[in-house]
Amino acid sequence: MNKIFSIFFICFALVFSSSAFANKIGVVYDSGGKFDKSFNELAFRTAERVKNELGWGMVEFEASNNTQIEQGMRKIADRGASLIVAMGFAQADAVAAVAPDYPDTNFVAVDVCWVDDPAGNIYQACYKEHEGSFLVGMIAAMASSSGTIGFVGGMDIPLIRKFQGGYEQGALYVNPNIEILANMTGTTPEAWNNPTKGAELTKAQIDGGADVVYQAAGGTGIGVLQAAADAGIMGIGVDTNQNWMHPGSMLTSMLKRLDLTIFEQAEKTAAGTFEPGIHILGLAEGMVGYATEDGMVTPAMESAVEAAAAEIVSGSMQVADWSQE
Amino acid sequence: MEYLSDIASLINSTLRISTPLVFAAMAGLFAERSGVIDFGLEGKMLAAAFVSAVGSYFFGNPWLGLFLAIIACVGLSMLHGFASVTHKGDQVVSCVAINILMIGLTTALAAAWFGQAGLTPTLGNDERFLEITLPFANSIRDVPILGIIYSDILSGHYIFVYIAYLIVPVVFWIVFKTSFGLRLRAVGENPSAVDTAGINVFSMRYKALAINGILIAFAGAYLSTAVNANFFREMSAGRGYLALAALIFGKWHPKTALIACLLFGFTDALQIRLQGVELPTIGTIPVQLIQAIPYVLTVILLAGFVGKAMAPKAIGQPYIKER
Repeated sequence: MNKIFSIFFICFALVFSSSAFANKIGVVYDSGGKFDKSFNELAFRTAERVKNELGWGMVEFEASNNTQIEQGMRKIADRGASLIVAMGFAQADAVAAVAPDYPDTNFVAVDVCWVDDPAGNIYQACYKEHEGSFLVGMIAAMASSSGTIGFVGGMDIPLIRKFQGGYEQGALYVNPNIEILANMTGTTPEAWNNPTKGAELTKAQIDGGADVVYQAAGGTGIGVLQAAADAGIMGIGVDTNQNWMHPGSMLTSMLKRLDLTIFEQAEKTAAGTFEPGIHILGLAEGMVGYATEDGMVTPAMESAVEAAAAEIVSGSMQVADWSQE
Repeated sequence: MEYLSDIASLINSTLRISTPLVFAAMAGLFAERSGVIDFGLEGKMLAAAFVSAVGSYFFGNPWLGLFLAIIACVGLSMLHGFASVTHKGDQVVSCVAINILMIGLTTALAAAWFGQAGLTPTLGNDERFLEITLPFANSIRDVPILGIIYSDILSGHYIFVYIAYLIVPVVFWIVFKTSFGLRLRAVGENPSAVDTAGINVFSMRYKALAINGILIAFAGAYLSTAVNANFFREMSAGRGYLALAALIFGKWHPKTALIACLLFGFTDALQIRLQGVELPTIGTIPVQLIQAIPYVLTVILLAGFVGKAMAPKAIGQPYIKER
């Protein structure tokens, strides 16, 4: 009898220790999939960093369609996550529905900055992608020798228009005569998962004379960068530094530092100083930028871009946000 | 001469986009002509894309990857046959099972083997199919008209593109000019009559499914080892369904199915080029509207011009041998 009792006790202790005493980070991925070499993968890598550096547990959920998101998020909250990262605008409704039911859990909603937060436990992070895209647009225009550059977006939503808008403004700022070819892959979430279509769009732009192409298309972007590398033109990555994917044909990458946001809020959750509310993060906050490592950004380009970045930070230059149109 | 290179680019794009559709439609044609519905083209294409990328990665040879993809797809076709021909299960259900299974299995296996759910390692240039430049393509480029046709349109495609369009007349010949083809069509129209004539209905259907598996493997390998350099989850992106639509659209005939595939490819290539372009008097057309063009055109053609689609009579019906 004693033995059984002690086994029960040990089990109870184990269950308790893993759910109540240790912090856990939960990640709910967007439809691009966990390994898109971009947006979602960055969240995954950051969660791993939280796990390794802060000693947290980790739970994940990858929805195969949008209707599963809310369920998955509840499951993760039930499993005792102390911080849940909701990736992507499509999870706005799910976060709004789940967060009030779990007041002791903190939420970081990436690309969401408009939901009600009655329980005061949602960190809503929107990024000024148009500012980062402006800088890579400048670099693209400076690197292009044909005077034509391309943009391939994923699903046609205001968020992706924001990338496109910043990119076009940046390119025109450097070269008012530049021609910009812009394509969207599709109008359904499948547009994040179609690298073959991405490659085809890129080939059409190359036929149109483009010698630099910028992708903001999730998994579809893998096909875009591959087609660019195959054709020997320059590609620009997105969200995370993708320059390593095709060394020698990657010009730069637009960085969206959601890794910093997630890591910082994990630290603050542990310290009890989590900051709920709506946060619009841009160049001034150091949350968007461009990658030079493994890329082909020359010092001359860098100094021009830095000058423009300083003007944007100081407010003397405005980059229009196309998602607001 | 600007418009000439635009036209060349449009034609190239059409050929590339249609290639997987042509393979899949021809694969579907064999199965459906024998009386077996093949809704599972999508899942098999996905399986082929995955297996060829993985095979090519492990063995460093894209042809070996393609060969393994053929084995995998023939295996899946046999599974479909086992469920729906031998055991007379519902053919659509069996196909849907294959489609769903492949979405999950490819993602899970990629996670198990490469630690990345739904993604395989990027293939080097010697591990994939590259675009082929035909002989003399560079030297006769400057010849007017002929230069563009040969150097810009005919040359510079992946080998799959050439195979796809050469295979259509072969399919036509097999289905309509050989005794095998006659039996195949008869099995799909009236299996009892064929059985009376002493031909084994089951073995005919299995043979058709085997050819189906071989052809669909090319479509998948084209996606992951030619156009792209890795497998990405759900990368078939509905092409299997679109090919099936082209097959029905083309009334289960290789010639018209090819035209339907090319039409889908053409409208897609056109919409890519019309996005964001200012048209005279209308202005810029919204992307959503442009992207609806292929589907709107399909509905119009189906409703107005194609006429009644005549399916093989015994399609979808398992054959029950009377004692």
